Amino acid sequence: MLRYIVKRLVWLIPVLIGVTFLAFLLLHLIPGDPAQVILGERATPEQLEQLREDLGLNDPFLVQYARFLGRVLSGDLGRSIHTHEQIAVELMERFPATLELALAAMFVATVVGVTAGVIAAVRPHSWFDHLSMTGALIGVSMPIFWLGLLVIWAFSVQLGWLPPSGRLSHGIQLETITGLHLVDSVLTANWPAFWDSLAHLLLPAVVLGTIPMAIIARMTRASMLEVLEQDYIRTARAKGLRRGAIIVRHALKNAFLPVLTVMGLQFGALLSGAVLTETIFSWPGIGRYVVNAILARDIPVVQGSILFIATLFVLINLVTDLLYKAIDPRIRLE
Amino acid sequence: MRKRGLLFALSLLLILATALAGCGTRETSAPNSSQPAINEGTGNTGGDQTLVFGRGSDSVGLDPANVTDGESMKVTHQIYDTLVQYNDEDTTVKPALATEWNVSEDGKVWTFKLREGVKFHDGTDFNADAVVFNFQRWMDKNHPYHHGDFEYYGYMFGGYPGIIEKVEKTGPYEVNITLKEPYAPFLQTLAMPAFAIASPEAIKKHGQDFFKNPVGTGPFIFKEWKKDDRIVLERNDNYWGEKAKIKTLIFRVIPDNAARFLELQAGTIDIMDGLNPEDVQNVKNNPDLQLILRPSMNVGYLAMNMDKKPFDNPKVRQAINHAINKQALIDAFYGGLAKPAKNPLPPTLWGYNDEIQDYEYNPEKAKALLAEAGYPNGFQTTLWAMPNPRPYMPQPQQIAQAIAADLAKVGIEAKIVSFEWGTYLEKTKNGEHDMALLGWTGDNGDPDNFLYVLLDKDNAVKGSAGNIAFYRSDELHEILIQAQRETDQKKREELYQKAQEIIHRDAPWVPLAHSTPPLAARAYVKNYVPHPTGSEALNKVDVQK
Repeated sequence: MLRYIVKRLVWLIPVLIGVTFLAFLLLHLIPGDPAQVILGERATPEQLEQLREDLGLNDPFLVQYARFLGRVLSGDLGRSIHTHEQIAVELMERFPATLELALAAMFVATVVGVTAGVIAAVRPHSWFDHLSMTGALIGVSMPIFWLGLLVIWAFSVQLGWLPPSGRLSHGIQLETITGLHLVDSVLTANWPAFWDSLAHLLLPAVVLGTIPMAIIARMTRASMLEVLEQDYIRTARAKGLRRGAIIVRHALKNAFLPVLTVMGLQFGALLSGAVLTETIFSWPGIGRYVVNAILARDIPVVQGSILFIATLFVLINLVTDLLYKAIDPRIRLE
Repeated sequence: MRKRGLLFALSLLLILATALAGCGTRETSAPNSSQPAINEGTGNTGGDQTLVFGRGSDSVGLDPANVTDGESMKVTHQIYDTLVQYNDEDTTVKPALATEWNVSEDGKVWTFKLREGVKFHDGTDFNADAVVFNFQRWMDKNHPYHHGDFEYYGYMFGGYPGIIEKVEKTGPYEVNITLKEPYAPFLQTLAMPAFAIASPEAIKKHGQDFFKNPVGTGPFIFKEWKKDDRIVLERNDNYWGEKAKIKTLIFRVIPDNAARFLELQAGTIDIMDGLNPEDVQNVKNNPDLQLILRPSMNVGYLAMNMDKKPFDNPKVRQAINHAINKQALIDAFYGGLAKPAKNPLPPTLWGYNDEIQDYEYNPEKAKALLAEAGYPNGFQTTLWAMPNPRPYMPQPQQIAQAIAADLAKVGIEAKIVSFEWGTYLEKTKNGEHDMALLGWTGDNGDPDNFLYVLLDKDNAVKGSAGNIAFYRSDELHEILIQAQRETDQKKREELYQKAQEIIHRDAPWVPLAHSTPPLAARAYVKNYVPHPTGSEALNKVDVQK
């Protein structure tokens, strides 16, 4: 098991080299001189030349890439060419926000999605099945931008129940330990901050969770329907097991593997930053950070972020694979 | 054993589900406990109010010498002061950290008397040493604290050190700044928020991280910066000037224009910029809101490349001026929030020539002029348009289409061409276009910053052209250079008025519009006077409910 994990982690290295190289290549292929974009209408030729020199843009492509790799290997992601802040600092300031939102969205998506999927499968073609699967269809096709504005309009502007954006109200103090507001407020027993953070988290989590929720619900239903047809389920029924026990212990457990795969992929996507949700709800996460960096041609930031996100993806995949084994002992990891 | 594990996992799921249901009921009570959250923008009463400003993106940095974006200046303008500052409503210069100044006969040595008894927010003294330190940090590439690009210094003063020869302390509260040659816009330039005086001790203490630990002498003190979320400032109770009426000033980042406008309606922010043109009417119709228009200090224009035929012919250029319906463009694409332009200078600048009669919209006259020029059936050409909105031109692609339609009516067939923004700038500076849309936002409120930069022959050099019409007039050049050296304000005004007549006659551009960017605020926000330069100190703003 440990050997397996180590082996997977070693595989990270070629993956990261490949990903960063591709990203580097793409950044070079898209039109637009970073120096020109940074200086805008005001650029004088001397300033452009100076900035290109400072940014190392005059060197051949491979030299630039090698320099980047060398820096990363020495543990330094460098500084943003735009803000002059250390990229590692900028990422760490924003990642907890993304993580908290992604966890909350996955929580909502999993609980609601799995529950709805199971009930729909147990009672196929019932009104609940039709209702929840229609809901799921609407959910996957919902434009996030529109849904976000709609819930802000309804719950913040009209009803005034929930704050429309941000993570914490001004005036509420919260000590940073993990950067996850709910966790930090529980750790410090800071209940005003807990409720305030929860209120801020609710709308974006539900909006962000909508699509994964719909996908999980549909996947759970399909997978459950298949499992419920199996002989061992009939056997379980025949030997007189309670219905609930059959569904949860025999059916759901076996039906869960494909759902877990989907969850892993979805969670990875959420963690790499939910740009639209972060934009609508002014959530200070890494999705917006990366998109702004791309628009500003802030190459070191784009590179550093891609490295970070790719690492996350690989780790989430690893955890998903380990969870497979936990759920299905027949699976061998090698 | 395995079964127990599964049972545990499932019961955990069940507990979580119950907890969620619990959350569901608590959600409704959560708002009560978070009531201050909803009202954070509205604050308390008395002199303790909070003003929350909603904007589209975060500041790049809070070291004004090292940034060029408006979102940074909006905040640094509160924290720092400059030696001289602009009037509240226009770009005339008045005292700030310098109380008086004079310039030597030859226009080269500027002497500033500094305000006494002013302290930086970290408690250190503002004095001649501080001024000298700041200038040296900007101008000397080998200064130990010259961290960063200092773009504005290099740009406004022509490099490092550029036109400034030396900066000396001549007394505890007096400095002399010696220029290599007389440069009349100098004072005007020193009022730019980029040339604010920062605490030398804080710069030394924070080094490369000064941009997130700003210390100045301004009306507000920096408290907190949560990146991409908010910047919190608090009133400086020891401010040398008019002390701020509000206690706390918060700049919040709300990237989406529609979401930001929803927040204004919900009252979680008090004022915002970046209003969508289609929301202007909603603001006007809502008695709780007010619309505030920022006076224009920009120009959006259509440049005709005079190095290319047929634009070398003045009659063709005048014909195109007559062919374009500016008011229709403004109504359709600026939400009505712009003034049609007849000069390259915006009307808020001193020296603006209001006597000039614009080429009126008249397709018949345009056709006649084209016929006179030898193009009775028009001609084919290209019209270049920026790929993305700019402050001076909200919808360049659509504007280009409308202009092409106007031109088609007089027989000119213009094909629209577009490139990615960086490439667009590069190619237009290189003179590859026939006609191109572009614009300019003023820096220091001096006419030189528009006319010399955009229309002088010095700047019509391929590869680095600010003058992308490649308009080369010796007559204009002489006047503009004379105006740069003249220190008498009255004489400068006259020179610039004459310059605008020449430009109007030669018509290298079609000046299109001066946009007035809208802000929307709750009705209780008082005394918000937006400045044409794009940022203003908010010490006079009040919240009255």
